[in-house]
Amino acid sequence: MLVALVDTGVSNLTSLTNALSRLGASYEINSSKLLEANAIIIPGVGSYDAAAKKINLVRNFLLDAISKEIPILGICLGYQLLLESSEEGKEKGLGIFKGKAVKFSGVKVPHIGWNTLENLKEDKITEGIKENSYVYFVHSYYPLLEEDIALAKTTYGVSFASIAKKKTVYGFQFHPEKSGTVGLKLLENFLRLSK
Amino acid sequence: MLSKRIIPCLDVDKGKVVKGVKFKELKDAGNPVELASLYSNEGADELVFLDISASLENRSTMVNLSKEVAKVIDIPFTVGGGIKSVEDAREILRNGADKISINTLAVKNPNSIKELSSEFGSQAVVVAIDAKFKSGSYEVFIYGGTLPTGIDVVTWAKEVETRGAGEILLTSIDRDGTKQGYDINLTKMVLDVVNIPVIASGGAGYPYHFLEVFRIGADAALAAGIFHRGEYRIKEIKEFLMKEGVQVRL
Repeated sequence: MLVALVDTGVSNLTSLTNALSRLGASYEINSSKLLEANAIIIPGVGSYDAAAKKINLVRNFLLDAISKEIPILGICLGYQLLLESSEEGKEKGLGIFKGKAVKFSGVKVPHIGWNTLENLKEDKITEGIKENSYVYFVHSYYPLLEEDIALAKTTYGVSFASIAKKKTVYGFQFHPEKSGTVGLKLLENFLRLSK
Repeated sequence: MLSKRIIPCLDVDKGKVVKGVKFKELKDAGNPVELASLYSNEGADELVFLDISASLENRSTMVNLSKEVAKVIDIPFTVGGGIKSVEDAREILRNGADKISINTLAVKNPNSIKELSSEFGSQAVVVAIDAKFKSGSYEVFIYGGTLPTGIDVVTWAKEVETRGAGEILLTSIDRDGTKQGYDINLTKMVLDVVNIPVIASGGAGYPYHFLEVFRIGADAALAAGIFHRGEYRIKEIKEFLMKEGVQVRL
């Protein structure tokens, strides 16, 4: 099992690579062999514009990967890069998901801490995950989708799609690598999509 | 719904946890990595490691500690104590810590807060404020609570938010280690003026203390002795809080 991590340069990948190792997966960071990987993860903490510029450099590879049904997972900012745009910056996103990232208002920002996954929909990725399971969030912008692709929602001032899915592309707004056993299970489910 | 966080704090001196730790399950009660793993399994929402040795070697000790802790736990953790520059912070974050906590550095060089938050994001920057009651208000102390600064806590809390802090770790020096409960008055004063999460600290001795501080709106509560001495387990406190209607992760 080889996972290709697309590092947009501002992320701390230690926790994620530790989690992948725990699951017995090997990984390559910014591999030139993106299309030979079994799965692709776009992690991300940091500023939108810097990350968007970098992700657009591999846009065509990612679109090829989608047509080859290689599962792709965007985590936190990585999920927001899958959208068309973000209020945080001027750069365009990948536009794989219809919608944009918008800033929270009327609540404490950033949204930091453990929050629940609600309205879980059945999917391979949510197998074994119970309604209202806690996962760990750290973000100031949330995905506002213009299509009905949410597999789970989370409420913080507003209700947003904390897990979204289109074809074989997934977005997690929380950090599975920081979310204890629930997070590890979600990552494991993601890795099991590829075969 | 967002849950209230319970955060055990580990004071580390020369790579060992200090402040008597009594757990039968541990082979070496002073080993921070072993203790981190235990607390994580018991339901801690996050962990904080504070280096109190302030020795020249402390930076490399904390970098190594970050690396080792990141290998065994899958919840967020913060590292603080003796961070003197953006470089120090970078090393610690690069080795697996999610957040760094600064106190003396923030007071001596307030620009460092902005530098750190633009570099790593505000979510990675916790500003620790050590507060002591003094004639009607609270004063900020630095160097591990030994040096008064003349700065008012409420004014400083507002300023660190403006400068880009992602969270405030607010410790009452008066209550620390007393088991008398969190300083509710102090915590409320700070909660009232900032719009970033506030972690209350100092004085937790009983489950009721957590309830008190969450009821006035604290986002998280930090505690050390109550857990290290084995008086209450994290799960017990969370079960009590849940019964009282507080949102916790169980």
